[in-house]
Amino acid sequence: MKNMTKNKNKVYTIIALAVLIGILAFLQSDTAEYSYQISILERSAIYAVVAVSMNLLTGFTGLFSLGQAGFMAIGAYVVAIFTIPVGSRASVYYVSGISPVIANVALPIPVALLLGGLAAAVLAALIGIPVLRLKSDYLAIATLGFSEIIRAFIAAPMFDTVTNGSYGLKSIPGFPNIFAVFGLAALCIALMVLLINSSYGRVFKAIREDEIAAQSMGLNLFRYKELSFVISSFFTGVGGGMLAMFMRSIDSKTFQVALTYDLLLIVVLGGIGSVTGSVLGAFLVTSGRELLRFFDDPLTIAGVHIPLFRSGFRMVIFSILLMVVVLFYRRGIMGNNEFSWDGLSRLIRGIPDRLKKGRGKKAASKKGGAK
Amino acid sequence: MLNVEHLSVNYGYITALTDISFHVEEGEIITLIGSNGAGKTTTLGAISGLVPKVSGKITFKGHDITKMPPDKVVKMGMCHVPEGRKIFPALTVYENLIAGSLGNPKLTKARINELVEEQYTLFPRLKERIGQAGGSLSGGEQQMLAISRGLMMDPDIVMLDEPSLGLAPIIVEDIFELILKIRDMGKTILLIEQNASMALSIADRGYVLETGKIIMEGKGKELLVDPRVKAAYLGA
Repeated sequence: MKNMTKNKNKVYTIIALAVLIGILAFLQSDTAEYSYQISILERSAIYAVVAVSMNLLTGFTGLFSLGQAGFMAIGAYVVAIFTIPVGSRASVYYVSGISPVIANVALPIPVALLLGGLAAAVLAALIGIPVLRLKSDYLAIATLGFSEIIRAFIAAPMFDTVTNGSYGLKSIPGFPNIFAVFGLAALCIALMVLLINSSYGRVFKAIREDEIAAQSMGLNLFRYKELSFVISSFFTGVGGGMLAMFMRSIDSKTFQVALTYDLLLIVVLGGIGSVTGSVLGAFLVTSGRELLRFFDDPLTIAGVHIPLFRSGFRMVIFSILLMVVVLFYRRGIMGNNEFSWDGLSRLIRGIPDRLKKGRGKKAASKKGGAK
Repeated sequence: MLNVEHLSVNYGYITALTDISFHVEEGEIITLIGSNGAGKTTTLGAISGLVPKVSGKITFKGHDITKMPPDKVVKMGMCHVPEGRKIFPALTVYENLIAGSLGNPKLTKARINELVEEQYTLFPRLKERIGQAGGSLSGGEQQMLAISRGLMMDPDIVMLDEPSLGLAPIIVEDIFELILKIRDMGKTILLIEQNASMALSIADRGYVLETGKIIMEGKGKELLVDPRVKAAYLGA
């Protein structure tokens, strides 16, 4: 019986993957027609990587960090600096010129992404030494501070010949197709899932649950917190590099605190401690923002101008929708659960019962009112 | 096996332990009894490296562990089951057990599986609840899980901090029977208890701790009938 269920689930997974690949192939077949949809999906996939890496830290290790934007900036700048075609560099660094150290160094994109992740990880290891001795809100404030310091360094005139200061970097090579983005995102998320399900993942969860118990079991808290912080920052750096390739041009303003808050929103909405929740959250939040764009356009019905519909109104609607979701799903859409076909079938099978219950309540209240 | 000499611990300006000394021999059940705030938990914390020491010396299996961090102490074969059970509520029973083995890198996969089976033999109730979240177990089951998670480190000495705390009398009896079984498995036990009668009835030797000082010591059975112990801790 168990084997049958396993096989069934495998079949469902293969079908789902085939459908996803089919949709992506359909969109890729006419990039001019579907460029808008492709850009939404690509951004969602990139945010999914960073959200899962944030969840690894916050949801699975219990470390509340707000430094994601800073580590994304590191990854993004490393990728940008080393992948901008050598021929285009003079036109990019036209104000202060380019440092001779990096002027002719060009790396293949996979190597640059790996280097971006490693740079973020090394910086995280250094930052972690003082910062990870702190707890909860203090840790969040410290990491947020470091994130802003990173951004300030990037924009500082003294590094103009490397980062191009406030002018930013452009002519960054993009992804060849949507499959490259999704493939890389899937690889990163799969690696993080493997880590979460390994003995290291169990240690992280133990630390999250109870630090004193974890310590009394002989776990070196600092070592494992540092490890979680470094691994999370590595994937955040890779995500930052992917974002640079997606945007094709970046500057320090791209990586403001608001970006971290967006990612935190994704993690909380999806469910702290759920990988599938983070992925789902990334796609819902990114596409949700875009799909509500029509609220920003002026609306006239039968010659009457509706004053509410104006620039920025979509964010009001988006915020209201978020509040509604949070009210109904206190622990996020997935809570700390992961997606399973059995869970989905239970959910679908339970819909009629829930509807019946709802009708029953209405009928009862009507009867009560009639009395 | 374990030697504590002239141990003192302060929390800021407050003295928690003053110049206490005791020893534990291999295969013994030693109990430290005392009322609330006597310094029992602090003693265990100091031994396992969770609490910083002011002065004194702690040796375990001939090695000085006074300034050793908790992770190193555990690797030497010491296990501390903290007060208040401290299981991982969101992890399943099985995950809690596996988490217990993570502090000892010497354990092979085969040995970990052996240890899991040992726990199921010792605590059959846990086997029935293998996939259940730790937080959903009853108080007694949680205490059993806390002890078995400690045993998953494959320690030489097991330090139990108030295992009977907040449990029904019938469950307390089960827990103390289990402690005897653990000793029969070849483990040495350092037991900290407020339930003096139960603790002394199973202990080879006992120490009475009062406001951070050891005021009495002797064989468990002797302390059990001592009029001073009876008056102070056994309600006689």
